[in-house]
Amino acid sequence: MADTRVEPHDRAERHDPVYDRLHATPEFGELKKRHTSFVLPATIAFLAWYLLYVVMSMWAPDFMSQQVVGNINVALVFGLLQFVTTFLIAWLYARYMTAKVDPLARELEADYRQEVSGR
Amino acid sequence: MSSDTLTAILFVAVVVITVGITFWANRQTHGATDYYAGGRSFSGFQNGMAISGDYMSAASFLGISGAIALSGYDGFLYSIGFLVAWLVALLLVAELLRNSGRYTMADQLAYRMRQRPVRTAAATSTVVVSIFYLLAQMVGAGALVALLLGVTDESVKAFTIVAVGLLMVFYVTVGGMKGTTWVQIVKAVLLMGGTILITVLVLAEFNFNLSSLLGAAAENTGKGEGFLQPGLKYGVSTTSKIDFVSLGIALVLGTAGLPHILIRFYTVPTAKDARTSVLWAIGLIGAFYLMTLALGFGAAALLNTGPDSEVAASGGNLASPLLAEFLGGGEGSTGGAVLLALISAVAFATILAVVAGLTLTSASSVAHDLYATVFKKGQATEKEEVRVARIAAFVIGGIAIGLAIPAQKLNIAFLVALAFAVAASANLPSIIYNMFWKRFNTRGATWAIYGGLISCVVLVFFSPVVSGLGVNPATGASLSLFPADVDFHWFPLQNPGIVSIPLGFFFGWLGTVTSKEPTAEDKFTELEVRAFTGAGAEQATHH
Repeated sequence: MADTRVEPHDRAERHDPVYDRLHATPEFGELKKRHTSFVLPATIAFLAWYLLYVVMSMWAPDFMSQQVVGNINVALVFGLLQFVTTFLIAWLYARYMTAKVDPLARELEADYRQEVSGR
Repeated sequence: MSSDTLTAILFVAVVVITVGITFWANRQTHGATDYYAGGRSFSGFQNGMAISGDYMSAASFLGISGAIALSGYDGFLYSIGFLVAWLVALLLVAELLRNSGRYTMADQLAYRMRQRPVRTAAATSTVVVSIFYLLAQMVGAGALVALLLGVTDESVKAFTIVAVGLLMVFYVTVGGMKGTTWVQIVKAVLLMGGTILITVLVLAEFNFNLSSLLGAAAENTGKGEGFLQPGLKYGVSTTSKIDFVSLGIALVLGTAGLPHILIRFYTVPTAKDARTSVLWAIGLIGAFYLMTLALGFGAAALLNTGPDSEVAASGGNLASPLLAEFLGGGEGSTGGAVLLALISAVAFATILAVVAGLTLTSASSVAHDLYATVFKKGQATEKEEVRVARIAAFVIGGIAIGLAIPAQKLNIAFLVALAFAVAASANLPSIIYNMFWKRFNTRGATWAIYGGLISCVVLVFFSPVVSGLGVNPATGASLSLFPADVDFHWFPLQNPGIVSIPLGFFFGWLGTVTSKEPTAEDKFTELEVRAFTGAGAEQATHH
């Protein structure tokens, strides 16, 4: 572990050239691309879906109060769907990361270890 | 045996168990990484439980079910915001923060920026958010114990606040992160167990038919269909509707900027474990908030929640405990006494676990960010840092007790929402910019944090929560923080998020583009590689 005492206190921490090399590899470019291609659309989607729910709760009372089954109305179903989509996006994210991103991250991390331990 | 005696016995049991855990944790704590981050040796599942224990405060357990019992569907809107928020933490923050930080929220900013200004800013916002949250919990604890024991004496409330304060300082100074984490895990088990029990008992009353539970709630409250639809509380005017949207945005963006949640990601060995812990947390927290529906509508269906009822007099906070008593056989029955005591003890454990997490977070930030870097200029040893963290826990505990005792006469329920708004306006912009914007720099980070923080506090100060909301028609008490005859508000909303969050992002952008910091841009390469791959990330300690 790096010791805080030896670092110049008012500057950011060390800059190791190994990071520049790893950053320039095609694997890292691919990792970033894969990460963004899931996280960006998913974030926009769940925030928009949530905001739609919040706004409709306040400004579309007629739609939200329609009965679906018995005393269960659209508002309750819409609210419960927010739970379902949250669980679903979390599960899809974990599955996607494990399959598409983790292997690349492991490879780059192993590369880093090898270079650092060889010094 | 009376309910009060049973309650007292169970409260003592909670204290004895948590104190025992703390002594055990103390013997396992050997260095700064153990003290601040539990040695980074918790599993994803354990940390997921601890996150749930840290996050589900008395405001969720008692407050949301109470809000549903009194305002129907509108109370449920909170549950949804509090849950969806975890996707922000999962997708954008948890793993990247685990790889790039060490002990505090400031670490990942300090990674590529000038340490002293960004650590001072981040520590300020950490302490402010934690104290707001802490005050709300401690005042809640005083009110809760007084309600449960049926006493109105001010000295009992003050005594409870001091006792809770001393306990939390004890957990944090003696047990550090390991002790605090295990207290939170135990609390999560108790809370989930208690909530499942009450939920099953409520649903059994209605033959596990949700529709008939809802129908009974609508009928028993006399509010009919409107009770099951949004808008009963927030739909009254355009201002109140916008206010609700503002609250909704702060809830969903605030969670991933709450310092006491962020530092939990440092307690696991790898970023993948941080991901697993958020997945467990989403499962547990989601299940819990679904059950608040049964608790809230169950209380509305089975109890008297009219304007002069005990539930209404407690602002809804007694809805769950009284529902438990009813389900056990009602007042005076043994079953009722047992269930009431059980749920009260769960609520007590809930408060203890949350205040311990908040105290640890602010003490860590004072020691690691302010003392070690700003004051000692990076010359402090690990031992000195941990010693200062322990002293800081005493000071913060003292401040919290000192503020909570006079604050209990004030209407401070807005403080939790304010903590979320500050977290979303001051902390989230700097965290997101730092991870995803190469150009971001020291001035941008400090302007985002101070700009978001000051906007929030100023807007709330000139909002109806501080002055000008009028009086409660039933009690004649002021609905604002200030007495009813003082009115200097000009900001119409009670929740500042809709204005202050964009301001936080704007100030972060403005500060960045008006300054040049080549070192911060240069080190972004290193931050990015480390955050996304874990190369060079802090390791777990082994004993």
